[in-house]
Amino acid sequence: MIELEGLTKRYGSKVAVDHLSFQVKPGVVTGFLGPNGAGKSTTMRMLLDLDNPTSGTVRIDGRHYRELAEPLKYIGALLDAKAMHGGRTAYNNLLCLAESNRIPAARVSEVLDTVGLSAVAKKKAKGFSLGMGQRLGIASALLGDPEILMFDEPVNGLDPEGIHWIRNLMKQLAGEGRTIFVSSHLMSEMALTADHLIVIGQGRLLADTSMADFIRQNSRSFVRLRSPQWERLLDVLNQNSVPFLQTGDGAIEIDNGRIEALGELAARHQLVLHELSGQQASLEEAFMQMTAGSVEYHAHGATTPGGPPPPPDRGAGRQAPNWGAHDQGRGV
Amino acid sequence: MSTPYQQQPHPQQAPGGPLGTYTSPIAVRRATFGDALASEWTKIRSVRSTMWTLGVLIVLLLGLGLLTGIVVRSSDAHMGDNSVLLLGFYGVLLGTICVITLGVLTIASEYGTGMIRTTLTACPSRGRILAAKSVVFFLLAFVIVTAMTTLVAAIQSALLPDARTPSGGEWLRATVGVGLYIAMLGLLSLAVGALIRHSAGSITIMIGVVLLPLVLALFMFTPSLEGVRNFLLEYSIPSQLSAFYGESISGSGPAGWDPLWIITGITAVALGGAFLSLNSRDV
Repeated sequence: MIELEGLTKRYGSKVAVDHLSFQVKPGVVTGFLGPNGAGKSTTMRMLLDLDNPTSGTVRIDGRHYRELAEPLKYIGALLDAKAMHGGRTAYNNLLCLAESNRIPAARVSEVLDTVGLSAVAKKKAKGFSLGMGQRLGIASALLGDPEILMFDEPVNGLDPEGIHWIRNLMKQLAGEGRTIFVSSHLMSEMALTADHLIVIGQGRLLADTSMADFIRQNSRSFVRLRSPQWERLLDVLNQNSVPFLQTGDGAIEIDNGRIEALGELAARHQLVLHELSGQQASLEEAFMQMTAGSVEYHAHGATTPGGPPPPPDRGAGRQAPNWGAHDQGRGV
Repeated sequence: MSTPYQQQPHPQQAPGGPLGTYTSPIAVRRATFGDALASEWTKIRSVRSTMWTLGVLIVLLLGLGLLTGIVVRSSDAHMGDNSVLLLGFYGVLLGTICVITLGVLTIASEYGTGMIRTTLTACPSRGRILAAKSVVFFLLAFVIVTAMTTLVAAIQSALLPDARTPSGGEWLRATVGVGLYIAMLGLLSLAVGALIRHSAGSITIMIGVVLLPLVLALFMFTPSLEGVRNFLLEYSIPSQLSAFYGESISGSGPAGWDPLWIITGITAVALGGAFLSLNSRDV
């Protein structure tokens, strides 16, 4: 269990992380999502006591990171693939970590085997590809067989087979009752692995929900109908006062419609349907919609796909010329 | 519903539910300083830069020691009042660069490679990491320099049997004393590396610390600067080092074991600063 309370990090006048409070619970994969520059890595570094928070606290199983007796046995973290000494072999890189936490040397070979690096155990880490570096980082996270695992963008640089492997690994680890906290800026990737979602934008918490709730709240779900008896279908819908939208391609969309009710309605009026399907906007859309107001680095000239304009409060936050003044406005 | 990314609903856990349901089979006990020492020893012996710097150090100490011994023997030069131990000075003076480099790299290379983040995740106590690195480095440098200076002194004594026989105290200062002084200078470099966090920058600073006072003193012609000039000459690191051989460049200044106390004081202050810096700065 990881608990954050009012965690804040300022770099000069710029706020990287802004009063973040949430919990990461055991037994599930918690996805930590945000656009580039949202403060994900900064938050993770503060969790590991690498960066000092400006204010607020982080507790791991109720304790501060520095109070952990042998931290690698509580928390394994993959921060980035480059957090190793390139001139040292994969085996020695892990061995010196193992020794500092009194982990048996046999465990080093074991985790190298788990991540599939046994063949290059005696090779220097600087010759590793990004994907191999990522695997070495994951091996170091698994070294102490910890109950909490943190991965910062673990699929970066991995090939499709590697991505598949890390997804299954995370699910398996969560299945064993461990706490898994994984960051990403790719919603589609999270959707395949995470059960719970924490979304941040510009350092502020935007959502803390289960994946299913997140989709329900942030995306439009509708039922799509197509029929050769177009005119009659519209009449029936009008008679039953069902609001609908006509799409350009001859289909009808009914927002928040119940698929069963609509099917029964069509049957009662003996309508031929060529399509009756429940639809939900993709998570990527929902994510973009949510973070539209808090994307740090916009590409100019590109059209932003999907999503209504950001809610006024978030928009105002982005326009605020002075973060300090803005904070005062929020009564913090 | 045909949703492409639909997740299976998971049992929502109540806040304050069971903590840490996974228990590792590896037992946990409080990690000790000994564990940190073992880790740092593995680190220092498993990188090539250690082998290179120490290898070059040994070659310099042995090579220059032998060379001066042979040159003096074949040229019939008069050693005068000096003991044969003085011939070891040149190798040690050049060898300082190797020890400085290794000292800096011991900590600054972790910042260069990003390894420091992993290191501090495994051992969050900054003080323990700094202490473990210091102990491992200091002992390694001390043992090698002392062993080599002793070996060189023995060879030179054998090469030049006619020179004045040094006393036991002189022997001790020229071997153990020099070993302690050089290791302490390396430790100062380690502290500077921890403060600067950049290998090339820290090595440059330390070479400057060794050479600059002498170079500056050379250009201080004016009588008004004579006090400063004498101070720089007497307390420059090469002068302090020569004091261990009973020889001072200027004839006055620190003598006997004084240089060791001076460098120990400076190193203690630098290490204190490094500790404060490690503790307060973000990684």
